[in-house]
Amino acid sequence: MTTTDQILEQIMNLAAMHFKVQREELTPDGDFFKTLGIDSLQALDLLTRLEHHFRIELPDYELQGVSDFRTLADRIQARL
Amino acid sequence: MLNLDQYSCLGAALRDALDRWPNENCLIEADRDREKTRLTYSDFKEVALPLARALEDAEFKTGDRAAIIMTNQSKWLISAYAVFYRGGVLVPLDYKLSAAEHLQLLRHCQAEFLIIEYHLWRAIAQSPEFKNHKLKKVLVTEAPLRADLAGAYRWEEFRRKGDPAFVMRERQDTACIVYSSGTGGRPKGCVLTHENYLEQCKALTAWYPFWPGVRYLSILPTNHAIDFMVGFIGPFVCGACVVHLRTLRPEFVRDAFVRYKITYVSLVPMILKNLERGLRAKFEELSGGKRFLLDRMMALNKSLTRRRPKVGLSRKLLAQVHQGFGGELRAMFTGGAFMEPSTLQFFYDLGIPVANGYGLTEAGTSLTLNDLNPFRADTVGKPLPGVELRVLSPDADGIGQVAVRGKTVMSHYLDDPELTAQTIVDGWLITGDLGRFDDDGHLQLFGRKKNMIVTEGGKNVYPEDIETAFEGLSVKEYCVFAANYLWPAKTLGREMLVLVLRLEQNQEFSEALKEEIVTRNRRLPDFKRIGGYLVFSSDFPRTASMKIKRDALAEEVRKKLDRSVVVEL
Repeated sequence: MTTTDQILEQIMNLAAMHFKVQREELTPDGDFFKTLGIDSLQALDLLTRLEHHFRIELPDYELQGVSDFRTLADRIQARL
Repeated sequence: MLNLDQYSCLGAALRDALDRWPNENCLIEADRDREKTRLTYSDFKEVALPLARALEDAEFKTGDRAAIIMTNQSKWLISAYAVFYRGGVLVPLDYKLSAAEHLQLLRHCQAEFLIIEYHLWRAIAQSPEFKNHKLKKVLVTEAPLRADLAGAYRWEEFRRKGDPAFVMRERQDTACIVYSSGTGGRPKGCVLTHENYLEQCKALTAWYPFWPGVRYLSILPTNHAIDFMVGFIGPFVCGACVVHLRTLRPEFVRDAFVRYKITYVSLVPMILKNLERGLRAKFEELSGGKRFLLDRMMALNKSLTRRRPKVGLSRKLLAQVHQGFGGELRAMFTGGAFMEPSTLQFFYDLGIPVANGYGLTEAGTSLTLNDLNPFRADTVGKPLPGVELRVLSPDADGIGQVAVRGKTVMSHYLDDPELTAQTIVDGWLITGDLGRFDDDGHLQLFGRKKNMIVTEGGKNVYPEDIETAFEGLSVKEYCVFAANYLWPAKTLGREMLVLVLRLEQNQEFSEALKEEIVTRNRRLPDFKRIGGYLVFSSDFPRTASMKIKRDALAEEVRKKLDRSVVVEL
């Protein structure tokens, strides 16, 4: 069973790679809109990547009110 | 289309539409690349009337308020029609608000009925303020089989047999209460009448007609004035079809254009710019020869359509581009936020006109709209039929505050006669926006007199509404302003919110304080966040009852400081 911390790590690695930022610049509780330099549409793109990686479906609303990786990890964990 | 002059209410117009075009498609709902629902007008009636009957049996009375909180989908429109059928008042709320904000607005509008999507109801039911709600009946859509509904009913099962009684309303009766903003601060519930909507619809369809077979892609949230009109009422009274997508992911939106051969769509600047970026990136990948040809065709199209769009010709000259949009796209609409002229021009040169308009919830969907005759990238268009606009106290450049009068102007703000009296003066709605008319009767906007911003996503944000996020900040006092209100720039771009701080005596601005500001800011939804802060060196002017005199403070900041002092976050 994947832990939330493992999920968190995978999310941040994927995000860093996809949006071409240094992994070290990303933190679990930081504002990923700012650190990744993205808007809400690009955040949906991240959601698609995460769906493919974790092999789950994530409706758009899972991003509602979310701006940090830790909360995103929790939402993904709940669907695994 | 229906002759809307003969109807006294939306319910009656919609009822006739369902009977007039029974076999035409009215709704298609897709979730990614899966089609979930396809309804004809006759199917729609069959689904909606049992719901209306169930509402009747649940004692939903004439004038009762029913709120809807849902993402765009067929159930939204079906529910809205059932409410109108029963003579109710619809309160469409923004699904992107937080549970606490939803509860606040539900309390404010005193809705007793709520129709809501399961995940949103779950959030509300888990909210600390949930126990104080006054809702009588809640219908929840798409709830999982064993979900705890916290006292709600399943929408799919809330049906009754038998014909519901239709309730006719008069033109001056309230159709909807629509919040133009105002959670956290002073909720601005615009009371809009059936006449407001019927007249707005008549005006818009006079310039941009819909007909059976037209497909409108509904992306903007249906609670918003634009989509409610152009993605529901407008198409229905013309026998057209609305296509809903349960996702806004660009790849599925692009696919929907082609799959459903979309005729019209409304977009906010953020999505339009994203579309432009995607297209430009594709064009960059073309080989030299193909790129040269594309540029030549765009230039030719631009030249041949300089007086007005020629859709047929553009589709021939730029066939591949148009096929990428399904081949049937006639126009896109935009409004509600600042739009870069260069983006509008880009699409026009491709033969996809974007009609830029201007409106505010308080006055219906649209006050002005470009009629593309000819295309103008630098204006928000001409007043729609029946809309009277004037510019108050114009300065030497002809710029002044825009005021509007007409049958699309709201009745009043819910339970707020003071704000209503400030906003509607001698029959004229004072918009708070600055503009001027050019020699061709087009309106150009030059910023806002009012202290607010409109985001790229088309959302109104009033500074007073977000100040609660900074309550308890370790400073003497603070206030939030729109930057363009502090330093009017005669432009609608560069909108941001600024936190103005007054430190305690002998207090230094520390890293800890900055961190506190950043942390609190992050708790706000991204579109509500402040863009920067500044430290002000004097105590804030206050009234006798110790309220901050915002106008006076803004004046002082404007006099003493330049916009460059703002520290951006």
